[in-house]
Amino acid sequence: MRLTLKIWRQKNSETKGKIETYNIDDISPDMSFLEMLDVLNAKLINEDQEPVSFDHDCREGICGSCSLFINGRAHGPDRRITTCQLHMRKFKDGDTIYIEPFRAKAFPVIKDLVVDRSAFDRIQHAGGYISINTSGNTQDANATPVNKEDADAAFDAATCIGCGACVATCKNSSAMLFVGAKVSQYSLLPQGQTEASRRVVNMVNQMDLEGFGNCSNTGACEVECPKGISLDNIARMNRELVKASFK
Amino acid sequence: MKNFIATSIGKKFAMALSAIFLMVFLLQHFLINITSVFSADIFNFLSHFMGTNPLVQFILQPILIAGVIFHFVMGFYLEFQNRKASKYEYQKVRGGANSTWMSRNMIWSGLVILSFLVLHFIDFWFPEMNYKYVEFLPEDPNRYYEELVHKFENPIRVLFYCVSFILLALHLLHGFSSSLKSMGTNKTYVSAVKNLSNIYAIGIPAGFCFIAIFHLLSNL
Repeated sequence: MRLTLKIWRQKNSETKGKIETYNIDDISPDMSFLEMLDVLNAKLINEDQEPVSFDHDCREGICGSCSLFINGRAHGPDRRITTCQLHMRKFKDGDTIYIEPFRAKAFPVIKDLVVDRSAFDRIQHAGGYISINTSGNTQDANATPVNKEDADAAFDAATCIGCGACVATCKNSSAMLFVGAKVSQYSLLPQGQTEASRRVVNMVNQMDLEGFGNCSNTGACEVECPKGISLDNIARMNRELVKASFK
Repeated sequence: MKNFIATSIGKKFAMALSAIFLMVFLLQHFLINITSVFSADIFNFLSHFMGTNPLVQFILQPILIAGVIFHFVMGFYLEFQNRKASKYEYQKVRGGANSTWMSRNMIWSGLVILSFLVLHFIDFWFPEMNYKYVEFLPEDPNRYYEELVHKFENPIRVLFYCVSFILLALHLLHGFSSSLKSMGTNKTYVSAVKNLSNIYAIGIPAGFCFIAIFHLLSNL
């Protein structure tokens, strides 16, 4: 495959970036998108140019490291995948591909396509945990029966990998799908319910402090989420916050 | 309570509450106006009641005006906040791939509705206030139908009303269900809410268009 890549290049967080154009040949349709970028970087290094910086780690859709806004969509033109799971067969020979970093005020660009998503970490630190010590004194799982529907919903919410595609794709840069998933995964289970009120208040306050926008229920986050996290988690977070605020 | 309203979710909740209040008012407004198609007497009776009842005039009307102002001011404020949060623009965005036009453009459909409201107030509300509370003209229980019909003699006004109602329908197609989601509607009711939303969002504006066109054609 022969491709034209239009890639956002930015030296650091202080400088202004711009789109640079690169032509690349001999791309196999079986390559992953990140492998295609590896090929580009090898070419740039051979030509004594600065390689393109981008985030990646597990390359199997689990870690949430890879980001990228590809041709106008978070994680590219496919459903329920991360960028590392996107293959070049999704593009056609001769295509022009726009590759940009995830954009939000709360996700500042560090370099090129790498953004600082530590705002998510700070939201997690504000309440995305349970304080019960489960180490060494684990109870039998059957001692605390959990409704099957609640267990499934909690597990679905817990599949969020915190990649930030929800923020990147939201026109308001809202992080409510991420926070909703983290609130839901605990609030549905007995172990998490003890701290449910404090958790939702602290996490929502931290989310607001980080400068994320409001949810206007466009549903774009749900469509682009690689793990299919449902908007229902946002509604549950809203209910949890109302409960916590008025009790 | 104070802390709740200060949060992003609290503001959306307040926005949703004002939206639901306005939708209830719109339904009531429609139910009164549609009677003008069937009976001038019933329309005059209901309009006279709404126009002279002290509870409606001095309690419900100020609450309604406050609700309208709150909805617009909060809408602009949230839009401003959201634009601040997403100030870096993409070179290429495919919004249509994951969301509807209505959901992404609530501010624009809202602005058209606001401009319609200005015209609507100039057409009906300001003359009404002038009639009753400035000039203190004698009350005539049969004047309402004639005033309504007279306004819809102008095809340009009817066209602008209909265009505004189309934008209102687009606004409601997203706004109805969105307001309930913002208030935490359980997923069990999502499908029912969507159906009700579609019926309301298309039915009410279409009904208002019908009233305007009916009176225009009746005058020909």
